[in-house]
Amino acid sequence: MNDDVKNDVKDTDGGVIGRAGGGSRRTSGTGGPGGSGGSGGSGGSGANGPGGAGGSEGDVIAISGLRKRFVTGRGSGRRTVDALDDVSLTVADGSCLAVVGESGSGKSTLARILVGLEAADAGEVVLAGRPVARRPRRAERRARARDIQMVFQDPNGSLNRRRTAGSAIAEVLAAHHRVTGADARRRVEELLEQVGLRPAHARSLPGELSGGQRQRVAIARALAAEPRVLVLDEAVAALDVSVQAQVLNLLSEIRRDRRLTYLFITHDLSVVRQVSEEVVVMRQGRIVERGSTAQVLDDPRHPYTRLLRDSAPRPGWRPVRAIGRDAAEVEA
Amino acid sequence: MKTAVSAPAARRSGGPAGRRRPGGGLSGRLGPLGVTAVAVAALLVLAALLAPVLAPYDPDIGSIVQRYLPPGPEHLLGTDQSGRDLLSRLLYGARTSLLGAAAVVVIAGVGGTLLALVATWFGGRVDAFVGRVLDLLFAFPNLLLAIIVVAVFGTGMAQATVALAMAYVPYTARVLRSVALRERRLPYVQAAELQGLSGVTVSGRHLLPNIAPQILTGAAINFGYAMIDLAALSFLGLGVQAPTADWGLMVSQGQDSLLQGYPQQSLLAGTCIVVAVAAFSVIGERLGGRAAGGRA
Repeated sequence: MNDDVKNDVKDTDGGVIGRAGGGSRRTSGTGGPGGSGGSGGSGGSGANGPGGAGGSEGDVIAISGLRKRFVTGRGSGRRTVDALDDVSLTVADGSCLAVVGESGSGKSTLARILVGLEAADAGEVVLAGRPVARRPRRAERRARARDIQMVFQDPNGSLNRRRTAGSAIAEVLAAHHRVTGADARRRVEELLEQVGLRPAHARSLPGELSGGQRQRVAIARALAAEPRVLVLDEAVAALDVSVQAQVLNLLSEIRRDRRLTYLFITHDLSVVRQVSEEVVVMRQGRIVERGSTAQVLDDPRHPYTRLLRDSAPRPGWRPVRAIGRDAAEVEA
Repeated sequence: MKTAVSAPAARRSGGPAGRRRPGGGLSGRLGPLGVTAVAVAALLVLAALLAPVLAPYDPDIGSIVQRYLPPGPEHLLGTDQSGRDLLSRLLYGARTSLLGAAAVVVIAGVGGTLLALVATWFGGRVDAFVGRVLDLLFAFPNLLLAIIVVAVFGTGMAQATVALAMAYVPYTARVLRSVALRERRLPYVQAAELQGLSGVTVSGRHLLPNIAPQILTGAAINFGYAMIDLAALSFLGLGVQAPTADWGLMVSQGQDSLLQGYPQQSLLAGTCIVVAVAAFSVIGERLGGRAAGGRA
């Protein structure tokens, strides 16, 4: 898997190039919502961030010039895919930024690089004011995990099926806060209650929990590290619509209570409206549009965003055939 | 609406229970044939353990005037070409044969598991390198590889055991690697990884318990093969050395008597090998079928 990580590393100053190109393509960098119509509540990064290279005081995540290229196949079948092509963005402390885009647009790669599961080829990530090493040592990983945690898409695979929900949470407590024994048990029960489960669920194996409950345990596990940022990678995509709504409400409550910052990765535009003030639209590894949720979804500037919005199923919706052709028109 | 409500409920109530039922009792998991196999295996192990108590004679001492005695009240299964009691030799032979196979399985299991975990955890170049080395070992037939090792390090039970274990490592490692790789890609492993836990911790705490069923299944299946291969090595004179009692060696030593019209020794030892191998293979297969979530 790791040998996919390949060469072709561009210079770190890709971020500068990106910002230069940003004006024409609206790859909004640190500038916050470009449209002045951005709602007041979403103006966090715009108000705080005058556009410094490494992000400003109020930004908990500042990414500049991030690149990641995957190499697939061998010999003549060898192809390269730019999962991230010069991505720059900032997320203000306490805000929720949704990243939307189709499959393969690079949004999950962005999330995985942020939490340290993948190494970028080039670019800089500043997390809570500290630059992050591209290939971090274990201690650095551990320090990063205290700032940023992730909730995964697959509720079946995100918990070890042979270990109880409680032990999954306790593992994180022990790793970061050296909480063990009776203290850990109490803390695990607190965390379970915070995500709407009963203390008794600590003894449940994942197989005994429903998909929604498992996802709640995964959220509790992430919260156990007491992070400032939560990356939610399609965290509700695998859930039934009603369960999805419950988990989304829970996530909103948690964010309000703990003043967390969310990076909400999703392909589902209706979910975006529920959770997030700000949206970034990604396509083929690039950010094509950024703005307040209302502005981007109701009045998209970029044709791709329009296409994405019009492709979303809704009552009375007719599927757009030949989406490839439409995409080609977008290109033109 | 009705189906939408009842479907998740049915899944929730039916799911864990449905999964538990076949795993509930060991007998339910193994089926009647499996239970028989377990009983036979247990009997063999018991016989090996209790050999000093059960054996009526010293297995290594015989009387030259009592050669080739037919089964009778004195010697229940008769005697061999040196006048040694065959029942005693079979009982003691179970010790060497079972212990040798067990040692092969344990060494190969530990080695294969370690290789598989290292390859999966580091991935990339390490994985590719481990894969190449395994391919190289695969190129040699099991027994040939073992014979080469014995040729280098000399004959004897210990050498033969280690040699066979080395020959078995590639099989174990390859199977376990693919299982561990599938596990490694699951988010829960990545969730542990991103906490900054060490590879040893994550592998030991999360990967190992989840591939344990496959390790055990592989061990049970390998056990049967290891017995045959060890017997073959002993038969060739490369493994257990005379006068130690060993089933493989007994088959070999019975060859001459066979031609003289006294087939008991080879037949009895051969039967023991066949029964033991069959029992352990059935156990391994049954466990494996369940682990793969397969057939009834």
